[in-house]
Amino acid sequence: MTDLIQMIVSGIATGSSYALMGLAMVIIYKTSEVPNFAQGEMALISSFFAMMLLTSFNLNVYLAFSLAFLFAAVLGCFLEFAVLRRAKEPNVLGMIVITIGIEMVILGFVSWKFGAEQKTMPFPIDPYDSLFIGDIFLKKLDILTLVSALVLMVVLFVFFRFSKLGLAMKATQQNSVAARIVGVRTNRILMVTWGISSLVGAVAGLLISPTIMHPYMMWDPMLKGFAAAVMGGMTSLPGAVVAAYMLGIIENLFGGYISIEFKTVVAFVIIVAVLCFKPSGLFARHYVKKV
Amino acid sequence: MDQAFFRVDDLSISFGGIRALEDIGFTMNKGEIFSVIGPNGAGKTTLFNCISGLYQPGRGDIVFKGCSITRKKPDVIARLGIARTFQNIELFSHMNTMENIMLGRHIHMKTGLFKGMFMWGKASSAGREEILHRERVEHIIDFLELQNVRDTFVGALPYGTQKLIELGRALALEPDLLLLDEPCAGMNSEEKQDMIFWIKDIQDELGISILLIEHDMKMVMDISDRVMAINFGKPITIGTPEEVQADEQVLKAYIGEGD
Repeated sequence: MTDLIQMIVSGIATGSSYALMGLAMVIIYKTSEVPNFAQGEMALISSFFAMMLLTSFNLNVYLAFSLAFLFAAVLGCFLEFAVLRRAKEPNVLGMIVITIGIEMVILGFVSWKFGAEQKTMPFPIDPYDSLFIGDIFLKKLDILTLVSALVLMVVLFVFFRFSKLGLAMKATQQNSVAARIVGVRTNRILMVTWGISSLVGAVAGLLISPTIMHPYMMWDPMLKGFAAAVMGGMTSLPGAVVAAYMLGIIENLFGGYISIEFKTVVAFVIIVAVLCFKPSGLFARHYVKKV
Repeated sequence: MDQAFFRVDDLSISFGGIRALEDIGFTMNKGEIFSVIGPNGAGKTTLFNCISGLYQPGRGDIVFKGCSITRKKPDVIARLGIARTFQNIELFSHMNTMENIMLGRHIHMKTGLFKGMFMWGKASSAGREEILHRERVEHIIDFLELQNVRDTFVGALPYGTQKLIELGRALALEPDLLLLDEPCAGMNSEEKQDMIFWIKDIQDELGISILLIEHDMKMVMDISDRVMAINFGKPITIGTPEEVQADEQVLKAYIGEGD
């Protein structure tokens, strides 16, 4: 019994980083219908930027992290403004390919600049620092990740639901011509979206990097986060988070009881199943066309 | 000094080798209903797209309330007081009627993110602003008799109702000039009659000037103060409904030339 609970708890912990990446992807998809495959690498370069500030410039941790968040937001805005907006007659497929291009450029840059060997980020909470609740073992860093994911989800949800900018984002996604005609600056909206999304991704990156840090560290969280976003319906923030936790838990249980080798694969088997039986995702609200 | 309320001068635009508009020019007075007629493909909607900033005209000038709006962006033009509807409805189909019209208030909303976070209660400035916008929207919903579809997703509503919601959204901008692109297309005669009354009301009660594209000749002749006919992107004639109706070239454009 303790084993089971332990596995579920660890699953929730892994799920939290998927949740953060899922949130980041949903934010961009919500306004532009483009799944951003550069999401992981944008978080990657922000994490390495924080690392550089800490080790080469000897900055205070909190200052370095604040600057890294700022860097992430600016990077997101910059990529939208300088790369995606320049696309001539863009369609969704073209945009996706551009994001894959950005992903490879950043990955190459980080490998070249910082090297491909394993590192760890100096972090105020030691990644192996843990506490026990009864017999259940919990890493303090995982608790921080869990809390960050939930807080960000609530903040973003409220923001999208109730703020003027949130409504304008929704409008831009549903009909950008109509949004422009009622006075929404759709270009600026897209830029802000990329900034926010990049920031959320950077939170994930910074929380992963104390445990593991190398140029491919964001691959798994990004793909799983994307998987969770798809399961959640691609436009639902709570959907992506819940799906991310489900993936984390199922993955862990599968690894514990069935096969450790196929642990990471099981997430994608679940996606295929979900897409077969409920293609709009588990949590998407859709109006049904009646005609 | 330029006193004209709204003026278009020598407006031309081409797409590749096709000249969609050539030397279109007219002046509108404040409070007027001015109609643009012409056969399909004459360039009427292209003219609207140039005015509202969706297309960039190649040559010419568009002047609104004394300042040039040529090649300005759509959001700037919306802020200056020009609203429009589309021939093929452009609504936010996954939102309800209320939210769609509320988006028309976008340019009037001043509360930023930080102020919005401190919207505690109805007496705060953000709260008062929210109430003001909601009142305006409710007023428009009452005016266009949309109460029964207030909370329905607009994608599921009948065509005529969607056209009305689009009109409501345009009114929510509180424009000085309203561009209506075939507001009656696809409506039955009863709905058309209602639409005519509303357009008249918008002119009389709200004092909004209206630039109208419409194919229904009876309606155009009934409500327009002046009419411009265009064909193949070129102006044919401008005048009162009677004058335009009597114009030989207009008849030729519509019916074709006899041998």
